[in-house]
Amino acid sequence: MNSSNSEKASLPQRNEFWKLVFPWVLTALFLLFLPVIFASNSALTIMNQMAITIIFALAYNMLLGQGGMLSFGHAVYMGVGGFMCVHVMNYVEINSAPLSLPFLPIFGGLFGLGLATLVGTFSTRSAGTVFAMISLGVGELIAACSLIIVAFFGGEEGVSADRTYMRPFFEIEFFTQIEVYYLTSVWLLISALLMYLFSRTPIGRMANAVRDNPERAEFLGYSARWVRYYSFCASGFFCGIAGALFAINFEILTEENLNLATSGSILLVTFLGGVGVFFGPIIGAVLFTLLQTVLGLYTELWQLYLGALFLATVMFFPQGFAGVLVSHAPAARNGRLGSLFIPYVKMAAPSAVCLWSVAGLAELLFHARHAALGEEEMVYFGINMLSTSVIPWTVFGGLAVISFGICRTVAPSVLEAWDKAITPKGMAQ
Amino acid sequence: MELVVINIIDGLVTGLLLFMLSSGLTLIFSMMGVLNFAHASFYMLGAYFAYQISSITGFWMGLLIAPVIVGVGGALVERYGLRRVHQFGHVPELIFTFGLALLIEELVQFFWGKNQMAYESPETLQFAAFAIGGNSVPAYKVFMIFISVGIFLGLLYVLTRTRVGMVIQAALSYPRTVEALGHNVPLVFMGVFGVGTALAGVAGVIAGPVLGTFPGMAVVLGSIVFVTIVIGGLGSLWGALVASLLIGWLTTFAASYNVEFETILKFFGMEKPEIMSESALRDIWTLTLPQIGPILPYILMILILVFRPNGLFGKRDA
Amino acid sequence: MSAALKLEGLTKSFGKTAVIMGVDLEIAKGERHAIIGPNGAGKSTLFNLITGRFPQSSGAVYLHGRNLLGLAPYQINRLGLSRSFQITNIFLRMSVFENVRCALLWSKGYKYSFWHMVGRARDLSEGAEAILEDINLIERRDAPAGMLSYAEQRALEIGITIAGGADVIMLDEPTAGMSHSETEYIVGLIRKVSENKTLVMVEHDMGVVFGLADRISVLVYGEIIATGTPEEVRANPKVQEAYLGTALEAEH
Repeated sequence: MNSSNSEKASLPQRNEFWKLVFPWVLTALFLLFLPVIFASNSALTIMNQMAITIIFALAYNMLLGQGGMLSFGHAVYMGVGGFMCVHVMNYVEINSAPLSLPFLPIFGGLFGLGLATLVGTFSTRSAGTVFAMISLGVGELIAACSLIIVAFFGGEEGVSADRTYMRPFFEIEFFTQIEVYYLTSVWLLISALLMYLFSRTPIGRMANAVRDNPERAEFLGYSARWVRYYSFCASGFFCGIAGALFAINFEILTEENLNLATSGSILLVTFLGGVGVFFGPIIGAVLFTLLQTVLGLYTELWQLYLGALFLATVMFFPQGFAGVLVSHAPAARNGRLGSLFIPYVKMAAPSAVCLWSVAGLAELLFHARHAALGEEEMVYFGINMLSTSVIPWTVFGGLAVISFGICRTVAPSVLEAWDKAITPKGMAQ
Repeated sequence: MELVVINIIDGLVTGLLLFMLSSGLTLIFSMMGVLNFAHASFYMLGAYFAYQISSITGFWMGLLIAPVIVGVGGALVERYGLRRVHQFGHVPELIFTFGLALLIEELVQFFWGKNQMAYESPETLQFAAFAIGGNSVPAYKVFMIFISVGIFLGLLYVLTRTRVGMVIQAALSYPRTVEALGHNVPLVFMGVFGVGTALAGVAGVIAGPVLGTFPGMAVVLGSIVFVTIVIGGLGSLWGALVASLLIGWLTTFAASYNVEFETILKFFGMEKPEIMSESALRDIWTLTLPQIGPILPYILMILILVFRPNGLFGKRDA
Repeated sequence: MSAALKLEGLTKSFGKTAVIMGVDLEIAKGERHAIIGPNGAGKSTLFNLITGRFPQSSGAVYLHGRNLLGLAPYQINRLGLSRSFQITNIFLRMSVFENVRCALLWSKGYKYSFWHMVGRARDLSEGAEAILEDINLIERRDAPAGMLSYAEQRALEIGITIAGGADVIMLDEPTAGMSHSETEYIVGLIRKVSENKTLVMVEHDMGVVFGLADRISVLVYGEIIATGTPEEVRANPKVQEAYLGTALEAEH
C-alpha cells in the first residue's frame, strides 16, 4: 500500500523535476548559440552588459519583489564588489598569485556579502520607508567616500586593471570578447539558478511571508528582522558577482558604479520588468539595455521617455511587464488568447500613432528651445522638418488628439474582450 | 571668535533652509504615510519657476508666484498620481515619487538645459547688512533667515491655533484615530501635499540665487533632507527642526575649520608613514575636515540609527 | 507538575489608563480554558501580553514554568505557544498550502535554512496536507488565501496556528462574525485540533464557551472576577451581577 503510493508520488515528482530543469537547459543552449547570430564585438559587449544587469536586477528583486524591501542605494554592493575585484586583479598581476579570471566573481560575491552583512545589521531592522531611507543614506555615504578615499576608489578617475594578466584558465587568457562572453554567461546561468533556488528554500519562502505579513511570521517562530537580514546578505552576494563581472568586462570602476543614478536605474529596470515574477527583472534588464543603446542613438531625450514610461508603469501596470504577461495565463487556459489579438491590434495602432506624435512634439519643442541659433532643420523618423514652422506642430498636435480620441473610443471594446477572455468557458458573467 | 559667529549665521541659514524642506516632508509623511522622494524636486522647480518669472517681473513677484505654482502642481500630483498609486501600498507610492523625481529632473533639463541659470538675488538686497571682524554678512542672508523664521512661525500658528492645524497635529500622533473620525478627507491630503510642496518651492526660490539653479540641485540637497528627517525621527516636526539646524551647523563648521587628520592621528600617538604613496591608509593621513564635511550627515545618520533606531525624536515606526 | 500557563499579577497600562489590573491565572496542561467578559474588558490585551505582542507593565507570564519576560513573539512561539488573531491574519497572497507550509517550517527544524528545497521536503508537504485534511481545506489547496470565504479563512487561521505543533494554543474569538452552521464547523474543528493540548480562548459566543471549555475565567475591567468550571461560573453571583449586568446593559 505504502510502496505503491510512493511510486505514484515519484512519477509526478520526476515530471516536476524535468519541468524545473528544462527551462534552464534551454537557456544554457540559447546562451551557447547566441553569439552565432550576434557575433560582432559590439553585440557581444551589449549582451555582456545585459547579463550583468540581469544578475544585478535579479539580486535587487530578491529584496524588492521577494522580500518587500525597497533599496535606494543598492549600487554600492555591486560597486564595492567590483572595486575589490579590480584590486584583486591588480594584486594577482603584481604578485603573480595563482588565480584565474573565471573564479574572480566568487571574490566579488564574498565582498558584496561582507558589506551587506555589515550594513544589514542596522538597516534591516524595519522594512518600508525606514529601510529605504537608510539604504539611500548608506549609498550616498559610500558614493561620497569614493571621491575622498582615493587609495581604494581612485577618486574621479576610478581604478582600473587588466584582466589578461590573471593566470590563464586552460590556456584561455580572455583577450577576446567572445571568451569574456562565455565567462559572463556561465556566471549568469549559475547566479540566476542559485537565486531561483534560493526562492524555493525555507528562508526564501519566509522572505515572501515576511513581505506580506511580518507580524504573522513572527508568531510562526520567525524573526522578521533576521529573515530580512539573510535575504539582504544573499542579495549583496549576487550583487557582488555582478560587480565582479562588470570589473572583468570593463576593467575599470568609477564613482558612477556607486552613485544614486545607478541605484535608481536598477530600481527602474526591476520595476519595469515586474517585481512579482521571478523572470520579471530579466525582461526588464534586456529591455532597458536595448532601450538605452538603441534610443540613446536616436534621441537626446531618451531618459525623459524612460522616466515617463517608468511613471506610467507605476501608475497603470504596477506588476510590470512580466505581470502583464502573466495576467494572460487565465485567457490562455481558457483557450481564448487568440480572441484578444484583434482588439489588441485595434488598440495598439492608435496608441503607437499617439505616442509617436507626442514624442514628435517633444522633439520639436526641445529643438526649438535648445538648437543653435539659426538652426531650424531637424529630422524625426527620417522626416525633415523645421522646428520654427507651424506645419509640423499642427500635424503632430492634430495626430496626437485624433489618435488619442480613437484610443478612448476603442478602449471599452478591448476591456470587454479582455473580460470575456479571462472568464472560464461556460461560466456566466 | 568672529569666525564662530559668522559660522553660526551661515549654519543657521543652511539649517533653516533644510528645515523648510524637511518640515513639509514631515507633514506629508505624518499625514499620508508617504515619504515624498520628489520633495527636493519641487524645491528645484521653485527655483526654476522663480528664475523664469523674475526674468520678466523681477525677484519679488517670483517669490510670490513661484511657490503657488509649485504648490498647485504638488496638489495636482497628489490628486491624479499619488492617489491612484495609494491603493497598491506604501512601497509603490515611494517608487512613484522616486519616478516623479527622475521625470522632473528630465523635464527641467528639457526646458532649461543642463547649465546653471543666471538667477540672482534682487539688487535691493545686494549689500552687506553688517560686518563682524572684517567678515561682511550679505543682506540676502539676513533676508533668508527672516523668511524662514517667518514661515516657521506661520506654520507654528496654523498648526497650534487653527482647526485644520489641530487635525494635522492629531494626525501626527494618532493617524488612525483621526482617519476613523472622518477627518482625513481627500481634500486635506491634497492640501497638505500642496502646502508641503509649496514650502519646498519657497525654499527653492530663496536658495536658488545662493546655491545655484541647475538640474542637479535637487539631488544635491535631496539626500541630505532625507538624512535629516531620519536623524530627527520620521514624522517628528521637532525632530526635523533640531536635525536641520544640527546638520546646518555641522556642515558649516566642518567646512571652515581646516583641521587635518594628521594632527588628530598624531594626537592619538600614531606615526606618520615614511613613504606616503605606499601606505594603504595614506588618504586618512591627508584628509582634512572640510573634505569630509559633506559626508558628516551620513555618518551621523548611521551612528544615530545604530544607537537610536527611531531617530532623535521619533516615536513610531514607519 | 507546573501549570502550562501561569499569569502572576499581570498588569498593563497605556499611558495613564490601566487596562489589565493584576491578573493571576493558572491553566493546567491539557485544559481547555475560555476567557469571557464584556467588550472592553481587556481580553485581547491579555492575549497580546501573554504572546509578547505588547510588553507588560508589571507582573509575569510563565509558560511551563519559564518566565516569558522580554521575549519577542517569535521566541515565545518557539517555546511552544501559538496564537490566532481576532482579525484574520494570514498570508493573503500565498496559496492555502503555502500558508500552512510556512507555518510548519520552524517546527520541522528548517529554521533559516538556504540549503533545503521546500518542494522536495516530504515532511513539509505531507505535514501540510495532513493539516489541510484536518481543517477541511484540502480541496482549496492551491487557491490564494485571499480568495477564500471568511469561514474558510478563519479555518486556515486555526490551521496555521496549530501547524507548528505548539502545545499551548491560544485562539482569539475563533467564531467571531460567523453564521450558526459555520460556528458549528469551527467548534468541531477546535475540538479536534485541541486534543491533548492546552487551549486558551477568548470567545463571545456562550454556546461555544460552555460547550468547549473545561474551565472559564471571567474578565471584567481588567480583573478576573471568577474562575471555575462552567457550572461554577454560571452559578457565581458575582459573575451574574457584574458580567451579565453589563452584558444586559450593553444590549440596551
